[in-house]
Order: sequence, then C-alpha cells, then structure tokens
Amino acid sequence: MGRMKFLCDAERCIECNGCVTACKNEHEVPWGVNRRRVVTMNDGVPGERSISVACMHCSDAPCMAVCPTDCFYKTEDGVVLHDKDKCIGCGYCFYACPFGAPQFPNGPAAFGARGKMDKCTFCAGGPEETNSAAEYEKYGSNRLAQGKLPLCAEMCSTKALIAGDADVVANIFRERVLRRGTGAEVWGWDAAYGGGERKQERKREGQS
Amino acid sequence: MSARKLKAISLAALAGATLLGLSACSEVPQVSVYEQGQYRGKTDARPWEGGEFKGDRAAWEKALKERARGQNEYNRIQ
Repeated sequence: MGRMKFLCDAERCIECNGCVTACKNEHEVPWGVNRRRVVTMNDGVPGERSISVACMHCSDAPCMAVCPTDCFYKTEDGVVLHDKDKCIGCGYCFYACPFGAPQFPNGPAAFGARGKMDKCTFCAGGPEETNSAAEYEKYGSNRLAQGKLPLCAEMCSTKALIAGDADVVANIFRERVLRRGTGAEVWGWDAAYGGGERKQERKREGQS
Repeated sequence: MSARKLKAISLAALAGATLLGLSACSEVPQVSVYEQGQYRGKTDARPWEGGEFKGDRAAWEKALKERARGQNEYNRIQ
C-alpha cells in the first residue's frame, strides 16, 4: 500500500458542501471546527472554481515538525494523525499548516483555552482501540479499518473529490482528463444539451 | 597604606577587570543541534489489525483498492 491522498477536481466541484456536511455528521465534529471546507475562488464571476480542502496528509508535514509535544505520527499508509491526550493546544500546528487544517474547538482563544486540536483523520480514527467509543469521541469514526474510504470522497455527487491510494487516485484523474477533453466538454455541455445525435443533426441542418 | 601597595592592589584589580572583560569575548558555540522529534503519544493499531480484517493485510488492501477504483465512474459505463 502506498500513500493515502485526497484529490479535488476543481472542474467538477459544484460547491454543494456535501463533503463538509458528511464529514461533520460522520464524526460528530464539534461546533467551530470544520475538518473539511469548500473554498471558492472568483465567486459569482464566470469561470469561478471551487475546491474542497482538508488536511492534505503531507509527506513532510509541517504540523509534525513544529509540535512541541511530538503528538503527531504518520501511519504506514501516509495518514497524519495525532494523540489528543498529548496535545496542549498551543496552536503551533495551526500556524504551520498552509491549508488551515488544524483547528481548535474554542476558536481563537488564549493559550490553554483553545482546547485540543482537531483535524481531518482521513477517517482513520486515532491512537485508541479501533472502533471503540473512546476513539469515536476523540477522533471520529474509523472507516479505514472497516475497509472504507473517507466519507467526504465516497459520497461526493460529482466525484470531484476522490481519495485513496495515490497511484489509484492519480490514474483515475489521468483517465478523466484524457477522456473529457477541453473547453465546454469539460463541464459536460454536450452531455447535458445534446452531444452525439443532436450535434450531428445540427451539423446536417447547417450543411443543408 | 603605602603608595606601592596601593599601586599593586589597583594593578591586580585592573588585571582582574581586564580578564573579566575579556571572558565576555570568548567564543561560545551558538549553533543549536536540533534533534528529530519522536512521537510520544500512545501507539495506534494498524487499520487491518483491529476491526473486521483481523490482521489480514492483503484482504484490507484489496477492499480498499476496489473501493478506490469504484470512484472512477468510467468503470461503470464501460
């Protein structure tokens, strides 16, 4: 097994926030914390793009590097996890992360008052007994141990967000890019408003 | 106190002050040696160890791979 990765296809993301909702519901994430967020660039302008962002489970994770209590670890599958019992809520990881993944339940509060850091676990739980109540309470559900992928990706209606082994994810995306072409084909104009037969018909009419 | 004794004392004091002053000029190594942190939290079971797969790594990998491939909708329309 290689490395677990997320990939968000900006051409497909429709900013439905289904991934955000699914994540919050699956893990009962506390108020004030969004393990996953949808970011929209040029909102309202033609050509706007949305992308779903969470912990990217970096190969060389800056949160791991700056943690003064060394509460982070990386699993064999490349998932970055942390031990909440060791976290002191200093917020260094929050400052170090370029994606804003580490968040604190009490928001921007003084040192020691922010609470334990919470972030995306790639639905892999944490350092508690697998699928135990303690694990669910601290880290959320452990879908990976059930042979399932993160719920945000699995329920994505347009399959903009895909997750899994980096090789598999990259192959899916490569095939998608090759098959969908460019321009209006990318977002399915022909599929929605008649590609094959209608297009031919229009062509014939134009020719006649 | 004779002038000679006073001179000796002041010389000794001056020498002491010079030594003290020079000691501040000594070279102290200022390069920190950072050590790679080691995870200090609780150990975590690997995903195939606990739960449904009971240590069968190959079965877990197969299940996950199939699941990942299922995300490719082109597989469904072929």
